[in-house]
Amino acid sequence: MRRRRLPALAAACLAPALRPVAAQAATGTGAGAVDERVLRIVAPIEIGGLDPARSGFIFTRMGVVETLLAADAEGRPVPALAERWSVDAAGLEWRFTLRPGLRFHDGSAVTPGAAVASLRRALADATALARAPVATLDVAGRDVVIRLARPFSILPAVLANYGSGILAPASYDAAGHVQAVIGTGPYRVLSITAPMRLEVERFDLWWGPRPEISRAIYLVAGQGEARAAMAESGQADLVFGLHPATMARLRRNPALEVRAVAIPRSRILKLNLASPFFDSLAERQALDLAIDRQGIATALLRNPSLAATQLLPPMTGDWHLADLPPAERDLPRARALLASAGWTPGPDGILRDRQGRRFRVVLTTYSTWPELPAIATALQAQFREIGVDVDVSIGNTSDIPRLHRDVTLELGLMSRNYALVPDPLGTILTDFAPQGSDWGAMHWTDPQLAAALARLEGATAPEERRALTQRASAILHEQRPVIPIAWSELAVAIGRRVGHVAIDPFETSYRLQDMRWREP
Amino acid sequence: MGGNAWRVLRPLLSRLGQAGLVALLVGCIGFALMHALPGDQAFRLAAERYGPDIVDARAAAAMRAELGLDRPLALQLLEWLGRVVRLDLGRSLVTGEPVIQELRVQLGYTALLAGMALPLSALIGLPLGIAAGLWRGRWPDHAVLSLAVLLRAVPAYALGLALMVLLSVRLRWLPPGGFEGWAELVLPSLTLALGLAAVSSRVARESVAAVAASPVLAFARWKGLSERDAVRRHGLRNAAIPVLAVLGLQLIGLVEGILIVETLFGWPGIGHALVHAIFARDVPLVQGTALIMGLGVVLLNAAVDLACLLIDPRRGRQAA
Repeated sequence: MRRRRLPALAAACLAPALRPVAAQAATGTGAGAVDERVLRIVAPIEIGGLDPARSGFIFTRMGVVETLLAADAEGRPVPALAERWSVDAAGLEWRFTLRPGLRFHDGSAVTPGAAVASLRRALADATALARAPVATLDVAGRDVVIRLARPFSILPAVLANYGSGILAPASYDAAGHVQAVIGTGPYRVLSITAPMRLEVERFDLWWGPRPEISRAIYLVAGQGEARAAMAESGQADLVFGLHPATMARLRRNPALEVRAVAIPRSRILKLNLASPFFDSLAERQALDLAIDRQGIATALLRNPSLAATQLLPPMTGDWHLADLPPAERDLPRARALLASAGWTPGPDGILRDRQGRRFRVVLTTYSTWPELPAIATALQAQFREIGVDVDVSIGNTSDIPRLHRDVTLELGLMSRNYALVPDPLGTILTDFAPQGSDWGAMHWTDPQLAAALARLEGATAPEERRALTQRASAILHEQRPVIPIAWSELAVAIGRRVGHVAIDPFETSYRLQDMRWREP
Repeated sequence: MGGNAWRVLRPLLSRLGQAGLVALLVGCIGFALMHALPGDQAFRLAAERYGPDIVDARAAAAMRAELGLDRPLALQLLEWLGRVVRLDLGRSLVTGEPVIQELRVQLGYTALLAGMALPLSALIGLPLGIAAGLWRGRWPDHAVLSLAVLLRAVPAYALGLALMVLLSVRLRWLPPGGFEGWAELVLPSLTLALGLAAVSSRVARESVAAVAASPVLAFARWKGLSERDAVRRHGLRNAAIPVLAVLGLQLIGLVEGILIVETLFGWPGIGHALVHAIFARDVPLVQGTALIMGLGVVLLNAAVDLACLLIDPRRGRQAA
């Protein structure tokens, strides 16, 4: 693929945009690239800023920024900048020993002090680390020492979250804003045209084996059809976020491999349990029984195996209950349960309670995930069959937390990521905290779940963790503070040029450093 | 000579006054509209800044405190006006970058796109319109009319998608997205140009038809000019005035097209930025973008006025 640079006119227009980039490129360690092939990645998510707390996931995925620890394909912590770590018997003092000879992309040495400085910034921002019970952050020799206020077994997973990425001190300006992303990863920033494009090149002083791919571009295409066209026209080597409707077409294309990987993300229905419509378990079970999950997964998501019989998908290990029978739609039982809760059909077929109140609720959802409005209308039709009248309100992502705060939410359909921290416990702890949570339970507490989660926070023995995890999942399944609808998959189109592609279900990294060109 | 200078200066000065007024109005209306939108600004900003998966009430509260979003609206507006007077558009609430810096990058890309689309639309629309006008009522006229109706009726989004499927996926001639070279510029600017050409071809046709039937051209023929010279010397110049005025209007219509086309093709211009800023409730960026667009419209109108004045000196004499 031959590309000509924009000539003089464009250069004049864009000069202000490109100047900081040129400066950044000049300070780097030139690799003297021989291989002119550039790997092109197309994804829907825009670069919203340079700070690790903001669009940090793009910089960790592209191998620019690294964290002290990373996660393997099962979500288990593995060494990254820290080559080993240990915790004292009380589970309060954690030590992370940095690899020797680490370098930032500007050539400066990676010191424990620099790592601590980055982590301190993460603690002060809206990151996963800020939710961990961190008491102090210190330096001891080559170690970063984190002291906790109480035992917190998933600290390694929290440190693998992009918000805990380590940047060089020179990344920050005097006011503490990130002005350049100077990380430690296998690739360093060549240019950023926020919010649409990031170009990286191999960093030769990286601690790991030398990657084969020498240059890569991250390009944003917000529209699903445009992304599909970029895959089909050979414009991109990896295209993330394919819509279910286009996957079948791309699969027929011999020049592409389409891979769909199960990820720990679920589409769920959030219920306000203080509302008279959902305060009894019978009502929630009735709604659950009225849902045609197979139909939704087959018709809207084009993959029947995504029908969610429980909150967390099989790939989450102990969080998944293996022995659960598949969820069958059962309208007669659903009607009987509603009758037992005092709801009887009125003349228009809509249920009424003893005070004559109609079972009419608003289901709030958003279109960031294009399938959600479609699923919402499917649910509307399915609930209508048991006499529940649903109005669908489609807004944006912030509506659900806002209505949770106002206590005006009745039903919310959302897509919840349980892998922000590569151990689902990190998300479950906040989502099902006793006081409720914006993206989890609303007006629901269960002392047994609270006890199980509290013990899980401190537990380290694998058998104990497994038993507690299964117990917590069983309670969530029996009580249904949220109703699972469908699990998710990450669909990727891979061009024939590139091999050794591994898709990380926790989406922490694209693993560019492991990829190879198919022809040398 | 002084009269001549005044003839050119007067409309420019009046446009300058208009520009100031537009800046004030656009800023205030943009501010009012952004606050009239449903939803909570702090939540929207936090969702945009941190990503939807991590935004919660705590992040929104921190955002509100950091940016002082709970201060009285009048105070926030006055602050903005005060800054604009000092030529400071503030910082984006999402990225924290100075608005002027973001606009500079985006404006460059949009100027590139518009600068390509406009000549392209003239290249497509004007010859077709002139041909239709010269052969009015015959087959070229009907063919151009059908094509114009079709292109105008198809929304830019659908047209762009159709071109993408045809030229990128099927024929593999052009890349469907990205913004790294001239090749990437062709599809979005062609999408814009076809929509514009649909209108300009109609105006050119009407204008040429009117001039062709006018006494001016009849006199030119009568005094012995060949058909070609008559059209070239008297027809085109007379027909150009309404066409130019419409081209100016089209530039304003271009803004609408740019919003959609930039979003579809992932072109990092001002339209794409405006859409995102509105969704994110990034008020300074919305105000800044609207301000620049408003001033751009005034500037273009001034340029069109000036060009009409140069083509048709009668206008200046009338004004004087």
